[in-house]
Amino acid sequence: MCGVSDLRSDDHVRGPEGAELVVVYADFTCPHCALAHARLLEREGEIRRVFRHMALKAKHPRAVPAAQAAEAAALQGAFWPFHDALYDDPGRIEDPHLWALAERLGLDVDRFDADRRTEAVAARVARDTREAVLAGAMTTPTFFRDGRPTTIIPFATSETKQRSGPLPNAGQRGRTYEQ
Amino acid sequence: MRPGAPAPKLSLATEDGGTFTQEDLRGRTTVLVFYPFAFSPVCTDQLQVYEEILPDLERRGARMYAVSTDATWSQAAFKRQLGISIPQLSDFEPKGAASRALGAYFEPGGMTNRAIVIFDDDAKLLWHHVADSPGDLPGANLILAALDG
Repeated sequence: MCGVSDLRSDDHVRGPEGAELVVVYADFTCPHCALAHARLLEREGEIRRVFRHMALKAKHPRAVPAAQAAEAAALQGAFWPFHDALYDDPGRIEDPHLWALAERLGLDVDRFDADRRTEAVAARVARDTREAVLAGAMTTPTFFRDGRPTTIIPFATSETKQRSGPLPNAGQRGRTYEQ
Repeated sequence: MRPGAPAPKLSLATEDGGTFTQEDLRGRTTVLVFYPFAFSPVCTDQLQVYEEILPDLERRGARMYAVSTDATWSQAAFKRQLGISIPQLSDFEPKGAASRALGAYFEPGGMTNRAIVIFDDDAKLLWHHVADSPGDLPGANLILAALDG
């Protein structure tokens, strides 16, 4: 009982078809997630990445609002630019920063601001988060490859793995994820 | 302890200055989550994730408490900082007595191990899990799977 759902039609996906699929459960307020994004960027074009939210309201007061903002950007076709921008500048996640980012990306800011507060967007973020928790994810980022969870940044160098590896995380029956 | 075994004698301090005993296990399925130390980063992740499944526990007629050997004041501050609602139980004095009785004490560290102990509404052991080490976090999925039998 540690799997996650297969690729969905509304998933956020980047990378070439046929490349190895990695599902990333992450949070825009999490510095380890920003690091993982940077490492995965180094392998851009070689892997197929799916982003799903693991936004815990108790983890950071801006975790859920940032996730919902990204979903609102997605409704205007700008999920990945928004995603990248949030991780590039992780200190700017308050509402005025999000509005400014939406404007910079050429989005309809009024629509963006209305969309990020809708029940549908909230439900989307909650769905992803719930699925992560029920699959046994205990922290961010958690990666699923071939249905198996790991907290080690996939495809990263040994140096990066060493930095990210000690994160103690969820697993089955008290064991850490596959190494 | 084996499933079906009655709860041992317990005496844990509650946040409001009361005492939680084995008798308080009766009437509702109870999930006791043992964690090593308030404010340690791993514990932070663990309780924040478990907070997400409280509605799932409610639907199953179960409740959750978090237990550590920290003093009540530390636990209350920890809970406030995390923004969680999981009630805290302190196994501070005699230190670790309840944790030892439930096999959830980590002697090498002088602290509670990371463990989950579930009692049914008759205060009998339903399921328990003790981590191989305090650094290992049991996933929330294990709790729900245990409740669903």
